[in-house]
Amino acid sequence: MGALVIVIPLALFFVLGLVATLIFGWVIPALGGDPNAWYGALIKTAFILLGFVLPLASVLTWMERKQSALMQDRIGPNRASVGGVRAFGLMHFVADALKMLFKEDFVPAKANKFLFGLAPVLAIAPVLITFAIIPWGGGVCPGRLSETLTDETLATCLETGARFQVVHLEVGLLFYFAIASLAVYGTTLAGWASYNKFSLLGGLRASSQMMSYEVTMGMAILGAFLVYGSLEPATIVMAQGSNPLHWGIVTQPLGFILFFVAAIAETKRTPFDLPEGEPELIGYFVEYSGMRFGMFFLAEFMEVIFTAAVVATVFFGGWQLPGLHAGGFLGTAMPHWLVASLGFVVFAFKTFVLCWFQLMIRWTLPRFRPDQLMRLGWKQLLPLSIANILITAAVVLALMPTGGK
Amino acid sequence: MAIGVKVVARPSGIAQDMYVSAVVKGLGVTMRHFFENLFGKKHIVTVQYPEERAVYPKRYRGLHRLMTRDDGSVRCVACMCCPTACPAHCITIVAEETGNGAEKRPAIFEIDELRCVVCGLCVEACPCDAIRMDTGIHAPPVEHRGDAVLGKLDLLAHTGKSEAHQGGLGGEWRGAPPVRTG
Ligand code: SF4
Ligand code: SF4
Repeated sequence: MGALVIVIPLALFFVLGLVATLIFGWVIPALGGDPNAWYGALIKTAFILLGFVLPLASVLTWMERKQSALMQDRIGPNRASVGGVRAFGLMHFVADALKMLFKEDFVPAKANKFLFGLAPVLAIAPVLITFAIIPWGGGVCPGRLSETLTDETLATCLETGARFQVVHLEVGLLFYFAIASLAVYGTTLAGWASYNKFSLLGGLRASSQMMSYEVTMGMAILGAFLVYGSLEPATIVMAQGSNPLHWGIVTQPLGFILFFVAAIAETKRTPFDLPEGEPELIGYFVEYSGMRFGMFFLAEFMEVIFTAAVVATVFFGGWQLPGLHAGGFLGTAMPHWLVASLGFVVFAFKTFVLCWFQLMIRWTLPRFRPDQLMRLGWKQLLPLSIANILITAAVVLALMPTGGK
Repeated sequence: MAIGVKVVARPSGIAQDMYVSAVVKGLGVTMRHFFENLFGKKHIVTVQYPEERAVYPKRYRGLHRLMTRDDGSVRCVACMCCPTACPAHCITIVAEETGNGAEKRPAIFEIDELRCVVCGLCVEACPCDAIRMDTGIHAPPVEHRGDAVLGKLDLLAHTGKSEAHQGGLGGEWRGAPPVRTG
């Protein structure tokens, strides 16, 4: 199955990218609509969530088991079959979903029923909302799909064309921090409302951990803001260009490591899974069953995808690939529809690889102790991220006295 | 000499605290295994059970069986050695007359495979090679505890003839001139 794991995702991403290009570059304009209007945003939301994030989150549940198996010299799940088709165990997530849906939805007798029901929603909603700011492609120029454009014509056309981003917010990443920090309410409330000491401890751990790492996360990414002179993800991607030497990973290597670590801590997965450490306290969701538990689970995987998407956007040049430009790839001329679809493929594949890397980390490292966690967050990552800002600011001031741009 | 205490210094220092080198090393190991298994299944040890079976060693102790004589009757003489030896007290034997005046045989011979600790002492204890554990079958799952109690017929189901001869080689052997060396 070696080569398939690269070819199949690429093919699926290409189909998705093509669908997006056709919908926003052809169908909506042909019907006389504006892809950037409110209904366009709705369709974009549906596309990115139903077409990309949720399927990928489900596949990640399979990937996690399969990948951990390979890392541990096992084969992993491969028995679930639909009509005899096993597909390397890919049917397991279908089986999982069915199981979760049909399981008893148990509410402890003394739980606060309202908050108990609200908590999973509060955990999953912020993650879904934050995907609004992620640019998943360079955008498409309606009505000129079959032409070969140049960088200049595309840039002018895109000012009015369809953006591949649900909302274009000038404060994009601040919006992300604002919304993402709401997710802590979900976990803390889940811990509190279940009327269970272990889940309460888990919820408290989650809140202290998420608050600590939120600080580092914001500080770590400030360096990138200084270098690219914007908070808006799509603008940051454009500022990075297609040359990998100008990408965030090269200009902000320390910022990248700090942000990545803090973001993994935000997803509450190993090595930062203290809120759900199985051997000590099963976690803030210990009383949850069925689909409510499934929502926490799904939220966790979507956070993984979101972390990967943000890192791909800010540190890995988003949808840009060296050699890929508005007119084609290297010397080969390509029509606009192909370039627009390929942009999505590049972005999606970077996200996919970063998800893979996070799973790799999750199955490699052991869990921290709470004191180690707090020491790492406050005494090591935070000072380093502040130093990173100061150094970056000094360098930016020296090299680009007119400001970031 | 008194037992000394060896103090092992806790690794410390900035490199240790940043976890970076340890993380890189760990990721190196897991990634090597991941890629080598992805492209070539180099290290995979999984046995796909119902389709593939692990080969048991020759002396693997599986379910018990009772052996028979040449005429098909059970070899066991109900001597009670095995229930005596059994540390788990899981063998129950009720003896009965065979009618030839010299031997007994088991009317009931039961082994509770759930209580059995698979020590093999019953096999060692048996003076006439009547009980063996060489079926190579591991205890099957059961729905009720009672199903795990194997009776005489269950134990005879995997029977086979023993090469040992009951009572030695018998009269013919005695008739032959004894071989003496030295
Ligand atoms: S194997 Fe050991 S425990 Fe099992 S029946 Fe024989 S003597 Fe008893
Ligand atoms: S030791 Fe052998 S002969 Fe004696 S009761 Fe057990 S099986 Fe029968």
